[in-house]
Amino acid sequence: MTDRAVVVVRAGALTTVQDEGRPGHAHLGVPRSGALDRPAAALVNRLVGNPPEAAVLETTLNGCALRPRCAVTVAVGGAPCPVTVDGRPAPWGAPVRVPAGALLDVGTALCGVRAYVALSGGVAVEPVLGSRSTDLLSGLGPPPLAHGAVLPLGGVGGPHARVDAVPQPAPPRELVLRMTAGPRADWFTPGALRTLTTRAYRVSSASNRIGLRTEGPALERAVRGELPSEGMVLGAVQVPPDGRPVVFLADHPTTGGYPVVGVVRQEDLAGAAQAVPGTPVRFVASGRGPWR
Amino acid sequence: MTGSATRPDVRVLPMGERALLVELADGAAAEALHAELLRRRAAGDLVVREIVPAARTVLLDGLDDPGRLAARLPSWDVPPLPPRTEDVLELPVRYDGPDLADVADAWGVPVREVPRIHAAAEFRVAFCGFAPGFGYLTGLQRLPDVPRRATPRTTVPAGSVALAGPYTGVYPRPSPGGWQLIGTTDAVLWDHTREPAALLSPGVRVRFVPEAR
Repeated sequence: MTDRAVVVVRAGALTTVQDEGRPGHAHLGVPRSGALDRPAAALVNRLVGNPPEAAVLETTLNGCALRPRCAVTVAVGGAPCPVTVDGRPAPWGAPVRVPAGALLDVGTALCGVRAYVALSGGVAVEPVLGSRSTDLLSGLGPPPLAHGAVLPLGGVGGPHARVDAVPQPAPPRELVLRMTAGPRADWFTPGALRTLTTRAYRVSSASNRIGLRTEGPALERAVRGELPSEGMVLGAVQVPPDGRPVVFLADHPTTGGYPVVGVVRQEDLAGAAQAVPGTPVRFVASGRGPWR
Repeated sequence: MTGSATRPDVRVLPMGERALLVELADGAAAEALHAELLRRRAAGDLVVREIVPAARTVLLDGLDDPGRLAARLPSWDVPPLPPRTEDVLELPVRYDGPDLADVADAWGVPVREVPRIHAAAEFRVAFCGFAPGFGYLTGLQRLPDVPRRATPRTTVPAGSVALAGPYTGVYPRPSPGGWQLIGTTDAVLWDHTREPAALLSPGVRVRFVPEAR
């Protein structure tokens, strides 16, 4: 049988299909979406010989289990976690051959939040606006994985990588987010900007694919009143009325009406994807701006 | 350099390392700049991933050299919005919304006047947001802004024609919402299998046409 598909045996807390997202449609209100930990998704694709744009699975905290209907090469990366094939331990962060009908189990993350599972050929659900990503804000793309769902796989591309293991960054014990100021830094008091870059924040359990929410001292506004809706970018640090900064992640809304005090560098967002609730967050001023 | 003056009513604000937020005096200026940016992109003079107009800003995201554009953009000569250059999209509507009386109060007119005023206006999609295919339509002239509902509804049906502030919008799919509902359309605002997926995109002109009862 050459049925290139996998059956979802255990969906996990929240497992979604993700690729490089659907940028270029923000003017229609379509979020970019895509894998939150981009380097991890790219790495597991490379390990199984997929092109970088192939769709992978993004799990949340407790992994997932899959039964492929055909032999596949898989690789698990991102958050470190136990990997088993039919109950036998298999390597994390390296290509693993899973026979047809065997059970691949991606276990609970030992640290970090999101594991990435690449399958040779990539998850081949129908793309929407050029992407297979699940967008939890707008509902575009495939629904999150559910028990019993069948995911089609694409044709096998290149050979898998000839490596035993590759180094991957550990999930952060402290999340350091370097950011540039603006565009609405002047909507906050000088004291608030000092607070943001000197005081301790923590990752809130209300964080999701839309934004990394934080707990910590509220930022005081210098400008009262409402900001008319304006375009938003990945990494924007938006400050809602409660004063606690929210860092926009892949499923962020394309426009918003709360002032953006700064923008986190894209390289630091992979760490944000892996920071468990309670992780200390330090916002660090970078570049020019009203910080100094 | 031709010594062209930079315009004091244009503020170019950096937004991260790859984006600029251009702030203008009002919505009309934002719509005019948006049209100019689309022209320049179509002509190959501007390479940018996203051009996102909003209430009085235009976001440019995915720029290779934002500093260079930030230095030049304020001295651009941006023509005002051209008069109608395309057909007006007609959306059939039944003015049967539950909030007609609240809108009439806000406008200070009898309830029966609300559909007449709304159907007489020509709208333009100023920008999109909130949900795929949700457009913020301007075009109601010299009327007071309509306040949002004090308590948002948990579910607003797809196709609801609604007002808030100076804007008209149509809900593309069922969702929570705080806008005042004045009517219903059977038009499909968003269909990702259609090309284009969004019926309403920035710049599109729209008229609401009452259905015969």
